[in-house]
Amino acid sequence: MVAAAITLGVIAILLAWPVPVILPGARWAYRRPALGLLVWQLVALIGGFSMIGSLVLLGAATFATDLPDAATGMWRFVTHNELPEGSSVWSLLALSGALFLTAHLLLNLLVTVVYAERERARHSQLITLLSEPIAGRPGTRLIDTPAPVAYCLPGALTSITVLSAGLLQLLDEEELQAVIEHERAHVRLRHDIVLIFFTAWKLSLPWLPTARNASREVALLLEMHADDNALVHVGRGSLARAITIVSEGGALPQRSELSSAMPESTPKELRARLLRLA
Amino acid sequence: MNSLGELERSVMDLLWASAESLSAYDLQAALASPESSGRELAATTILTVLSRLEKKSYVVRERDVRPHRYRAASVRAEHMADLMHEVLGGANDRTAVLERFVGQVSNEEAETLRRILAGR
Repeated sequence: MVAAAITLGVIAILLAWPVPVILPGARWAYRRPALGLLVWQLVALIGGFSMIGSLVLLGAATFATDLPDAATGMWRFVTHNELPEGSSVWSLLALSGALFLTAHLLLNLLVTVVYAERERARHSQLITLLSEPIAGRPGTRLIDTPAPVAYCLPGALTSITVLSAGLLQLLDEEELQAVIEHERAHVRLRHDIVLIFFTAWKLSLPWLPTARNASREVALLLEMHADDNALVHVGRGSLARAITIVSEGGALPQRSELSSAMPESTPKELRARLLRLA
Repeated sequence: MNSLGELERSVMDLLWASAESLSAYDLQAALASPESSGRELAATTILTVLSRLEKKSYVVRERDVRPHRYRAASVRAEHMADLMHEVLGGANDRTAVLERFVGQVSNEEAETLRRILAGR
């Protein structure tokens, strides 16, 4: 039990610190963003489970030799208020730690989801009043503003891609198609759900590199993933020009830290997105 | 987007365009006119839309007259500015992204970028 607890603890530490520090910027991930996204999701998922798991095993090690034994002991504590034989203050501390961490992660996820959904509903209402449907392009709406803006608002039932009049002026037909296919990919591949998990993760453990780096890098990989999907429909040059023009105006809604919006891209991230198209 | 949303938009457009407050019947007549949606709507439908918009603080109801009159809570441009603020994050360095970006690339990269951007 102790050996297993230590193994899980080591995995948790590796996934919380060196791995997410090394991983951002990996070329293989930029070449295959879907694979990169999978790896980041595994890092977060396994990292979270091994953190909680190592605490549980550590706490149970003093009174149990295997997992069923540990489960019985804990169950008796809950139902009969009986401390298992051999348990100490340390086992209680470790087990409460595991419980606290689990509750903390789930609660943060809940808060993030509820808050993001409320923001989305409010923004969607504002968009309804301020934009009009674009004829011949279902699911897209036009806002009458000179800034070159394109973003998507994913919803449970209907998703909207919002384009600005300023953007339409700057793009030719194929570049516009690139923007629309890019946003459609975000919606179709449910990138908002991936992002919300990492936003909650960052909110829960703001001091951990894994959470901080992960949400930024995942957001960038989601952009690349959507770029790749747009490439199925348009040429590389058109996509590259569209990315450049849109990044001057704002690629995706940037709202509060809590929302599911993609973070603003930095010059470095823009360069990474363009150079991989070469 | 649902038709209720589109109706809300038509009502707001009329209120934003109007210098004075309007009653539900004014709105009913205006919506039925051919230059607007040209739709004949029941007054109750319009009142429902108005109370939804009031709840969301888009319109203000004047209760001291009968029938109640409604006006837009703020001008359209203000809502648009709010929207843009949300979308662009209010960061004014956004437009400078490309200029900073250009400063960071090596000559070789710049050449690659030029080639990509000039391609199909």
